[in-house]
Amino acid sequence: MEIPLDFGTLKVIWWGLLGILLLGFALTDGYDLGVASLLPFVARRDEERRLVINSIGPMWEGHQVWFILGGGAIFAAWPLVYAVSFSGFYIAMFVVLAALILRPVGFKYRSKLEDRAWRSRWDWALFIGGFVPALIFGVAVGNAMLGVPFQLDPTMRMSYEGGLFTGFIALLRPFALVAGLLSVSMLVMHGAGWLVIKLEKGIVRDRAAALGAWAALASLVLFAAGGVLLYLNVDGYTITSEVDMQALPNPLRKEVEIVPAGWLANYGRFPWMLIAPALGLAGPLVAFFALRARSEMAMVGSAAGVSGVILSVGASMFPFILPSSLDPQSSLTVWDSSSSHFTLFFMLVMVTIFVPMILYYTAWVYKVLWGRVTTEEATGADGGHAY
Amino acid sequence: MPDLLVADLSRWQFALTAMYHFLFVPLTLGLSMMLVIMEGAYVMTGKEVWKKITKFWATLFGINFVLGVATGITMEFEFGTNWAYYSHYVGDIFGAPLAIEGLMAFFLEATMVGLMFFGWDKLSRPAHWMVTFLVALGSNLSALWILIANGWMQHPVGSAFNPETMRMEVNNFMEVLFNPVAQAKFVHTVSAGYVTAAAFVLAVSAWYLLRGRHVGLAKRSIMVASSFGILSAASVIVLGDESGYIDGENQKFKLAAMEAMWETEEAPASFTLVGWPDREARETHFAVEIPYVLGLIATRSLDKEVEGIEDLVDQARARIVNGIAAYDALQRIRENPDDAAAQEAFAATRTDLGHGLLLTRYVEDPRDATQAHIEAAADGLVPNVALTFWGFRFMVGIGFLFLAIFALGFYFMNIRRNIPKWYLRGAVLAAPLPWIAAEFGWIVAEVGRQPWIIDGVLPTHLGVSSLSAAQVITTMVGFTAIYGLLLFIEMKLMLRAIRLGPGGGAVVPLDGGGISDAIGIARPAAPHADPFDK
Repeated sequence: MEIPLDFGTLKVIWWGLLGILLLGFALTDGYDLGVASLLPFVARRDEERRLVINSIGPMWEGHQVWFILGGGAIFAAWPLVYAVSFSGFYIAMFVVLAALILRPVGFKYRSKLEDRAWRSRWDWALFIGGFVPALIFGVAVGNAMLGVPFQLDPTMRMSYEGGLFTGFIALLRPFALVAGLLSVSMLVMHGAGWLVIKLEKGIVRDRAAALGAWAALASLVLFAAGGVLLYLNVDGYTITSEVDMQALPNPLRKEVEIVPAGWLANYGRFPWMLIAPALGLAGPLVAFFALRARSEMAMVGSAAGVSGVILSVGASMFPFILPSSLDPQSSLTVWDSSSSHFTLFFMLVMVTIFVPMILYYTAWVYKVLWGRVTTEEATGADGGHAY
Repeated sequence: MPDLLVADLSRWQFALTAMYHFLFVPLTLGLSMMLVIMEGAYVMTGKEVWKKITKFWATLFGINFVLGVATGITMEFEFGTNWAYYSHYVGDIFGAPLAIEGLMAFFLEATMVGLMFFGWDKLSRPAHWMVTFLVALGSNLSALWILIANGWMQHPVGSAFNPETMRMEVNNFMEVLFNPVAQAKFVHTVSAGYVTAAAFVLAVSAWYLLRGRHVGLAKRSIMVASSFGILSAASVIVLGDESGYIDGENQKFKLAAMEAMWETEEAPASFTLVGWPDREARETHFAVEIPYVLGLIATRSLDKEVEGIEDLVDQARARIVNGIAAYDALQRIRENPDDAAAQEAFAATRTDLGHGLLLTRYVEDPRDATQAHIEAAADGLVPNVALTFWGFRFMVGIGFLFLAIFALGFYFMNIRRNIPKWYLRGAVLAAPLPWIAAEFGWIVAEVGRQPWIIDGVLPTHLGVSSLSAAQVITTMVGFTAIYGLLLFIEMKLMLRAIRLGPGGGAVVPLDGGGISDAIGIARPAAPHADPFDK
């Protein structure tokens, strides 16, 4: 069969789809993570907690699939990225999985027993299920920008530097911590935006808006700090050999150099890319004022901010996906770590068919469930299966 | 060469997490379908009792469902964390069904499941029924794509090795999607899920009848469970037989191990009912045999032979020698991609490359292999015969037992209209058996294909990540602790919800408020109005 798109184009499209998947995850499940991180602080009594939990109860499960689909899609389209990142971040990945495993169970089991200690434990489990993944995703992205200590041998077997926990501890570098905290604060801001939309006027909503405003401020500061660090302190990577975009994917056939402040070079070459960091700064600002005013517009600001941050990462690093600090030549880039031409095309067809369907029925479910969640609903007086 | 200990530990971890995941999957697959049937009865007849029945089983479904989801997350990422080289080597093909599973199935299931629980008062009856149906459709389609992925590991069609990228690449997706192994496995597996759910519904209802509680709900549920169960058990057996036939074509070692067939017999081969397979002596002690049966199952004929393990080992030796030539040609191509002679040699032997790679377990470079190494690699192709043999027998035995249980239930419920106590007690006691059968089914399928992670293409020990044993042990301990705790909690909540019965298992408010009224399902006000309760 003749494939209507050339290999290089498909690689770029799939790089874009990677971004779209990440955005899908961060914009939807991101607010679930943020709400869970806020849970113990904005809601103190049982009815309050149930109000907060039920504000995301019916939808979070569908949102989470963006994460799972992200895993599957990276596996299908960027097998080397899937293989290197998840085995390289082995212990961190386990911590994320453990936290995410607590989440579905926490939602479903928390209110099944009339026992304060039981419910309080599950509330903290939900908090961990929100806060820990938010933090570690950010730390992981930060490390991806710093470069990960892995290398490939000629058979493409990967190996890494670092032992059982030293590898994990080594992830906690200053820039990566800034990224981790940025991830938490921007998702908390996004979650607070959701609570302002979903809850009726009252103390819980007020607390959420207040904390969310602080988080918006923190996002702004941390994102700016990240930019400064990229300029002063963090090295970027660049391909120095000639790039053949159509080449069969093999990372070892290129030369890579480490360049100080290299992650800012793309903005000089393609100034239109500056729109991403501009969103990343403007979004939290809008969210901050909207949250202060208890306005539903907060989510517009937080969504713009979250998108801006993610797009900035992509724009800064292109064409790198996972640079190697140990052996820069092994770095994984858009041009040399994808699936075959045919698989990329086949999967693009699948995405083109199914993503519109997903968006359609997700919108329908949102429409059915539209409206503020009330205490009566949340505490199960007539809700049927509320959490 | 990767660490063999890490490979073994990673296998244990995968087995642990996959088998644990599959404690919850069968019930999700089957109970979602039964909810569609029960809610269908509600939508068609408009009788509140069917709504009550649906909501009750939906509560139990929910308790089980979340753990299926939670443990499924682990599976999606475990290929990357623990089988990184595998992920690189076959991601081009294997990743696609996993991604499509997310796109086509899991999104649907997970988006609709919230509405299924929260939407009773927000949707019209038919619309809610449609949502329930979409949950069932999503979970069953999930199984389809996962089994297409697994089927490809068992029978890797539609792909070839590419020396430039050092991996397998797809050349025909249609072959991967319509892989006969995957098709048979899919129907077999979802049917096993249906049997599990039917057995579960039957057992809980039988327990209610023994206690004289919720009689109307229990009898109606048994009606649904026994008819659904008969069809499912029949399907699981027929498609299991189809899988056996396909194994006879594709995975001869697995079939021979399932039957503990050490030597090729004259056609038609007899079926060993029970016996004690002895790997050292290469014979099965105390074998009780039924003439002709195996030949009929495996070849669907009276004159074709089923090959025994010793003959298969002999044939494998030649493929291993050929595999060394493929490996050698590949090294020469890597040194000089334009070496025409090497390319020709590789093209002639590439299908045996995997057999050449088997030697890496015994010698650093397959080209240095001695005759003894080749012998060892050929012998290494024999899976764990005793486990495969007995796992198969337990699975099949339980399958037939449930066909009988459902048939009897159907007879008592619909024809005699009176269910004896001994049957009810038996149904309760038999409840755990479908899970055991399902786990044995996976053991047969996965242990029976060792030492391959991709049959004939990549040996399991090469697929592993470059991790330390300490790392894998850490996560194994972690998963065991978390999973153990969650299983304990799940069982506790499930048994509690069953004990409380309809109207009691769902969420209750913390401060006051009756349990049964709290969730909008009143206890039946006038039980005598229900004909089943007389």
